[in-house]
Amino acid sequence: MTAAFVAGAEGPPEVSLKRRLKRAERARQFKALALVLPLLVFLLFTFLGPIAGMLWRSVDDWEVPQVLPHTVSALANWDGKDLPDEKAYAALAADIQSARAAGTVAIAAKRLNYSVNGFRTILTSTARNLKTAPEPGTAKDTLIKINPAWGERSSWAAIKGASGPVTSFYLLASLDLTRNVDGQVVAAPEDQSIYRDVFARTFTISFGVTALCLLLGFPVAYLLANLPAGRSNLLLIFVLLPFWTSLLVRTCAWIVILQSEGIVNDSLRWLGVIDEPLRLIYNRFGVYVAMTHVLLPFMILPLYSVMKSISPAYMRAAASLGAPPVTAFLRIYLPQTLPGIGAGGLLVFILALGYYITPALVGGAGDQMISYFIAFYTTETVNWGLASALGAVLLLATLVLAVVYGKLVHGQQTTGGMKN
Amino acid sequence: MSENHAPRTPGQRAAWLSTVVVASLVLVFLMAPILAIMPLSFSSGAYLTYPLPGVSFRWYEDFLNSPRWMLSLKNSIIIGVASTALSMVLGTLAALGLAQWKSKFKTVVLAVVLSPVVVPGVITAVGLYFFFAPLGLTGSYAGLILAHTALATPFVVITVSATLQGFDMNLARASASLGASPLYTFWRVILPLILPGLASGALFAFATSFDEVVVVLFMAGPEQRTLPREMFSGIRENISPTITAVAVILTTISVMLLATLEWLRRRNEKLQGNVNG
Repeated sequence: MTAAFVAGAEGPPEVSLKRRLKRAERARQFKALALVLPLLVFLLFTFLGPIAGMLWRSVDDWEVPQVLPHTVSALANWDGKDLPDEKAYAALAADIQSARAAGTVAIAAKRLNYSVNGFRTILTSTARNLKTAPEPGTAKDTLIKINPAWGERSSWAAIKGASGPVTSFYLLASLDLTRNVDGQVVAAPEDQSIYRDVFARTFTISFGVTALCLLLGFPVAYLLANLPAGRSNLLLIFVLLPFWTSLLVRTCAWIVILQSEGIVNDSLRWLGVIDEPLRLIYNRFGVYVAMTHVLLPFMILPLYSVMKSISPAYMRAAASLGAPPVTAFLRIYLPQTLPGIGAGGLLVFILALGYYITPALVGGAGDQMISYFIAFYTTETVNWGLASALGAVLLLATLVLAVVYGKLVHGQQTTGGMKN
Repeated sequence: MSENHAPRTPGQRAAWLSTVVVASLVLVFLMAPILAIMPLSFSSGAYLTYPLPGVSFRWYEDFLNSPRWMLSLKNSIIIGVASTALSMVLGTLAALGLAQWKSKFKTVVLAVVLSPVVVPGVITAVGLYFFFAPLGLTGSYAGLILAHTALATPFVVITVSATLQGFDMNLARASASLGASPLYTFWRVILPLILPGLASGALFAFATSFDEVVVVLFMAGPEQRTLPREMFSGIRENISPTITAVAVILTTISVMLLATLEWLRRRNEKLQGNVNG
């Protein structure tokens, strides 16, 4: 500031102090921005760019326009009511021949197979059997002779639907929707409709874990908030130590405890409670136990900080006015903890939605959440469009909840002073 | 505050007692995995069951003599230290800038800077996998260090910003009025006072990288496998007692990190208390 004043004093005398101050402030703001800029540029390259790239992949439809370019332009004006004209057939024949020469038939076949099951065979068999370019005017007959599917409107609709440059196909598929021959959005075939179930499962598990965390976390936070500082700091270590322990260490420990020769089953057998080991892991029960354990500190800590700021005077006042303890708790104490319940609950829910490692290690096939499928389509079947579309849906859900969380926590900070 | 809960009526006494019992059970639940796995790592037998047949350090020896585990330890340290250093530079600069910047876009910028914490790991990992593959950054240390830096920097920004909030800007003004250049002021006045905050930020950053597994799953080649990545495969295949030894070592590191953080927090409070007082 002083430096700015000195610099300002050397300026032309006719410039008013107000303007010089303004200029100095502007320089300061510019410098501040310059300090933040390196991080923003870095994140653009290592975080925002990659996520934008993923979002683009969920609508990008490059395969068919690249492999069958003439067909795509021949179909541009096709109304889809009847079979396309001879020109489109000739373009397709030419495209298939050049794709075969370039070895790119499989790329388009894979994309079209997503839209119409079995299209891979149609395209590859056509490519194999189309030895020479058909005589002018006979392309339609030649292609239909090789594969009758070319006489079906639906095959052409699939090509037109995949002719890019962008498509809603993957996003619709991630919600178990598809387009029919006439381009209307309809429910996807039964055997491909799994994602609504997966999303429902993801939300159910996240909600269940959040409820369990609240149920288990509330008494702990209450105890911590109402013990003398020395003892509550000691007990806080019990919460913070697991919080700081590696996720994999904790997941591994739960497997050791819960597996069929694990500590719990051995003890129960030794006590004579059971004869056969209980199935406690690699199922939904294991997922709930491990995830609740991992996320519990995220519920306890916000609850604890809210409960610590609740003055005991309110409860004493309620008691002195004759409220029974249960009424006083429900009507006076509980409402004051709502900001903590909201913040902790949302935090746990948001984190649970994206869980991948824990369900992958302690869950069965029917307990995998949406992240598992995103990973599966990225690395196993290499259906990047669908992986990205599922990712886009998960990202949207997470960001919406994060904005709500931000508003809630921010609101608490601004009104926090008023309450006390 | 305890005197407020000195039970007055039998009903209150029962309510308080049941809270204590339930909360204690939950605290046991929280500590159970760590307590259960610790003795098993010292077992002389190959099975993860109690009672232990005997006590030995063979699984720790196994860890130390295994080239695979040693490579993963080395990788974790290399990637952790490098991404901590990078995120400290970027995060501290950004926190210093954000502390002075007044703009209506500040909330947006802050949201962007902190977003890597909120976005699910799989989404970050898949995005980076698509983005880095054509650049040749998958299967490389550089790619993992860049990715972990992006994930760790928000924690540095949060910690350093919190420290700067407790910093008395008049000290910097006093230094400037005595003729010190901004750089000299930062080096001799601001830095020594915010050092505990910076150290906490560095620990958070290191812990983030040291514990991260999802991005590593997607991006690391066989040469860059980290400790958590190696544990992930170990847990998938079958849990050997060596994994419990690794788990105990990792937990010990967490305890040391936690203790250091607590020590730094107290020191920071004392430092700022003295300055302001």
